[in-house]
Amino acid sequence: MDIRLDAISHSYGDTEVLRDISLDIPNGKIVCLVGPSGCGKSTLLRLIGGLERPSKGRVLQLGSPPEGCLNTLTYVFQDFALLPWRSVQGNISLVLEDHGIKGAQADAIITDVLARTKLSDFSKALPRQLSGGMKQRVAIARALAVKPAVMLMDEPLSALDSQTRELLMDDLVALWTRQSFTAAYVTHNLAEAVRLGHRIVVLSRRPGEIREIVEIDMPLADRSHGNAKLEQVQKHLWDMMRDEARAADEELLDV
Amino acid sequence: MSEATLPSQPIEVRFRGGGFAPKARRWVGLFVFVLLIGITEIGTRQGWISSLTLPKPSDVLATFGELWESGLLFKHLIPSLSRLAVGATLGASIGIVVGIMIGLFSYVRAGMVPLVAAIFPIPKIALLPLFVIWFGIDEASKYALIAFGTFTPTVVATYGAVDNVDRSLIRMGQSFGLSWLSIVRKIVLPGAMPGILSGLRISLAIAIILLVAAEMLGAEYGIGAYILEAGSLYDLERLFAGVVILSLLGVILSTVIGFIERRILGWRA
Repeated sequence: MDIRLDAISHSYGDTEVLRDISLDIPNGKIVCLVGPSGCGKSTLLRLIGGLERPSKGRVLQLGSPPEGCLNTLTYVFQDFALLPWRSVQGNISLVLEDHGIKGAQADAIITDVLARTKLSDFSKALPRQLSGGMKQRVAIARALAVKPAVMLMDEPLSALDSQTRELLMDDLVALWTRQSFTAAYVTHNLAEAVRLGHRIVVLSRRPGEIREIVEIDMPLADRSHGNAKLEQVQKHLWDMMRDEARAADEELLDV
Repeated sequence: MSEATLPSQPIEVRFRGGGFAPKARRWVGLFVFVLLIGITEIGTRQGWISSLTLPKPSDVLATFGELWESGLLFKHLIPSLSRLAVGATLGASIGIVVGIMIGLFSYVRAGMVPLVAAIFPIPKIALLPLFVIWFGIDEASKYALIAFGTFTPTVVATYGAVDNVDRSLIRMGQSFGLSWLSIVRKIVLPGAMPGILSGLRISLAIAIILLVAAEMLGAEYGIGAYILEAGSLYDLERLFAGVVILSLLGVILSTVIGFIERRILGWRA
């Protein structure tokens, strides 16, 4: 299933945050959204998933979601959003219960997603017992459990330290290589964007407009840390964004 | 600072961290009680605390013993406990329901918050005659008074607790397509539980205070009636025996809530 953004504009009161965004998120690809802070990339993700309504324009689903899909558009949040009073297992069963999936059927799904995220030994643990990286893997496992058509990842690695981030990037690549998923991936980290993105969308500062779309056709599995070609793309992205990022940084916040 | 006063010896960095982290100190609470009672006992025995100021703790204990032996203790305690149980349960449960409604629905909030703010500062004891007219002189008016007094603090604590539930968890629930009822039941309620329970600590203490007030009116038996009777006769031993029972009741209720907190809020630690 593809997602198409059709001339999306959005404002909060008098503040225009997004202007005329048209974009395709093709099936089986990871589209990274990058841009200076406050450019509305997280807002755009909330619009895609229906957590907010765009002021203008539409978000369209093209084609039907895969079979067995329980929640077409599924988020992975920066702050993990795990229920602290439920175990790892309980946090995943939370999103299955409402679809009437209980007992053995739920256990099978939970066992499968925990194995895919290498969490099988921690199913009984509470979130407070887990490290940041593990918490985010639980959140990814929870997202996988509902067999989403599109994953909406809102800076999923930004709350983690750089070593954990590196490890989780490898995990995400492995997950995608085993079974490709569709994702819109918001990040301010260009290294993440060039590692994970098949297509990188660069937004300008507020009001966010698409400045450029960079396609990287190197397979995800071949993209290692410190790859020369990726470094080049990353430098190109940074050159494009540097001045905007500086200007955005010096802007007064009164939204 | 001039060169000459600079010390040549290295100075160890002064420790200035630590503190502000309460730790469990088991026996200190008991020690404070024992110390205060011990001082009173010695003072009353030696005469530097006159018997008009405070009764001898040992005499209070003896009075307590008589109460126990004569069976009067339970004659007073059981009606009090049932009044407390019925009134507090009524007030706290209605309070929790209304508090949750205020937390969830803007119209209920707009309508109820000013009303609760208006009711809260009324000394409920002042309404006692009104309750007698409404509910009669027997048990119902006592239940109503205690319920009314527990209701307001419970409401305030509950809607504050609901307001404090992490919104990002609610957005998460919505993003996974959870139904409204599931979000309330599985995210809002457990998230509000810590605040509701700590509100209950206050509400239940207020319920005990109001128990005595409720028994001021036409109660033959009850801890409150017992204290009031002793007070009007200036029988300090019996007065204190009654007060000790109320204090014990407060300690027991607070312990029970602490136990519940440890059981159902184990995820916080």
